[in-house]
Amino acid sequence: MDAETQNNIILKFDDVSISYTPGVNAVKNVTADIRKNSITAIMGPSGCGKSTLLRAVNRMHELYPHITTTGKILINGIDILKTDPIKVRRMAGMVFQRPNPFPTMSIYQNVIAGYSLNGINLPKQEKDAIVEECLRNVGLWDEVKDSLNKKGTFLSGGQQQRLCIARALALKPDVLLMDEPTSALDPIATNRIEDLLVGLKDQLTIVIVTHNMSQAARISDYSMFMYLGDLVEFDSTQKMFTNPNDKRTEEYLNGRFG
Amino acid sequence: MENKLKIRKFKDKAFFIAVCAFSALAAVPLVAIIVKVVMKGYKQLNMDFFTETSPTTFEAMIAKASGSLIPGGVLNGLTGTLIMVGIAAVISIPFGIMCGVYLSEKPKAAFSGLIRFLSELIQGIPSIIVGMIVYSWIVLPLGSYSALAGGVSLAIMMLPLVIRSTEETLKMLPSSLKEAGLALGCSYKSVILKILLPSAAGGLFTGVLLAISRVMGETAPLMLTALGSTLVNWDVTAPTSALPLLIWEFYNDPNLVDMIWSSSLLLLVIVLLLNLAAKAIVNKRRTA
Ligand SMILES: Nc1ncnc2c1ncn2[C@@H]1O[C@H](COP(=O)(O)OP(=O)(O)OP(=O)(O)O)[C@@H](O)[C@H]1O
Ligand SMILES: [Mg+2]
Repeated sequence: MDAETQNNIILKFDDVSISYTPGVNAVKNVTADIRKNSITAIMGPSGCGKSTLLRAVNRMHELYPHITTTGKILINGIDILKTDPIKVRRMAGMVFQRPNPFPTMSIYQNVIAGYSLNGINLPKQEKDAIVEECLRNVGLWDEVKDSLNKKGTFLSGGQQQRLCIARALALKPDVLLMDEPTSALDPIATNRIEDLLVGLKDQLTIVIVTHNMSQAARISDYSMFMYLGDLVEFDSTQKMFTNPNDKRTEEYLNGRFG
Repeated sequence: MENKLKIRKFKDKAFFIAVCAFSALAAVPLVAIIVKVVMKGYKQLNMDFFTETSPTTFEAMIAKASGSLIPGGVLNGLTGTLIMVGIAAVISIPFGIMCGVYLSEKPKAAFSGLIRFLSELIQGIPSIIVGMIVYSWIVLPLGSYSALAGGVSLAIMMLPLVIRSTEETLKMLPSSLKEAGLALGCSYKSVILKILLPSAAGGLFTGVLLAISRVMGETAPLMLTALGSTLVNWDVTAPTSALPLLIWEFYNDPNLVDMIWSSSLLLLVIVLLLNLAAKAIVNKRRTA
């Protein structure tokens, strides 16, 4: 790999293995480089370790002490497993499968939650600006600008999910991790989020787990195919969808299993 | 086919009637108590009842002889109950919530086992024994019965209830809430203080209300700790009255025995209101 591509790597998996039960790896020796300002889709049959791999990046596994992670994960060259998890999570934001706005907070408060919860007190003007910018980014501003003080949980599922994306964007992460963010949404809401992700590409790098192959084909630049914890194939989406290297990838993409 | 359906309908109906009948039967004693308390107690519930302290046996005797209502009220009991329940709440709510948080966060830790064991133990202890323990802890060293001692004994009885309700409420919160907070780079402390506890506030409040209504009628531990008093007393180191203590005193005095109905009615109404408030909060949370 030449120096220029090397510089373009924002997220690096180096021989990452993760296990829930000792001796059984849910993710096995994954090595991969994710390029800056790209969208990378992680695909694979249910239970192959997609979520497990993704959640390792912002150290969600630490909530559960029985989970062990080995190998190295680097963001911008920083070994995140040896860094303060709070810093790591600011670099790598996460959007979950189910929208999870904070039920006690208004829409406005949800967007700036990343600041207020961390005790960062911004002047009102600055907060207003962040809220407006992030809600515009996710295409929610026009829908909610008159009800910013309503609870976030009053929104529809798709709106809630966009609110959660706005909340993650507010902290200006370098990497946005998304675990099947549209699986609970209807096609229209899904479309909006897909457009949004493509539009966000110049600001950050997106890694998205998806079961929806046409979604991966539509929006991603690179694709990973995982199977039983192994990273079987990792290539440009175009290559993977037209001419996959591995037979298993081909079978999966043709809908023969999964 | 027709027939089968008819039989089924008949069975359903019979079952329904049986259920209604048995529930009615179970409700009879409850209704009987309430009716009796209301019938006998309402006459005495006038303004004086809330603004005057409890009458002496002599005053009551004279009033009865002239055929009028017993004078005086239960103000000393009301204020005493207020103070002691207040002390109990101030002690048991923070401790109970902290323990509840610990239990729900570290359900398998050894310390959690200890908390659970102690909390079940306290719940199983007869309340008179709680009174005796507090008597030796506080009444003896201070050299006097006091509202403080009464409040502490009520706090001990409230603690397991608050712990349990906190733990259950927090366990009902989805783990996605906590993950959402952590994913935003929040510290563990602020996830608990600023996300989990506020989200659980309704449930915690309900639990506290139910715990209060549960200990408000406790009499036995107060006999050994607060003792009782005929005066309205705001000094927490002096003997103090409480509603259930007054009921007990009225019961023991042939001239005052008529007062037990009105005091019981008052206690019943307060407890009922607390329970209704707790229910209303639960319902509101369900629909919100
Ligand atoms: N909390 C857990 N405890 C134990 N094993 C787990 C846990 N979560 C996941 N696993 C196991 O780890 C493996 C990978 O799970 P993971 O959730 O990463 O799959 P996934 O690819 O995200 O699947 P899906 O597409 O269904 O979301 C599975 O075999 C699963 O059984
Ligand atoms: Mg998953």
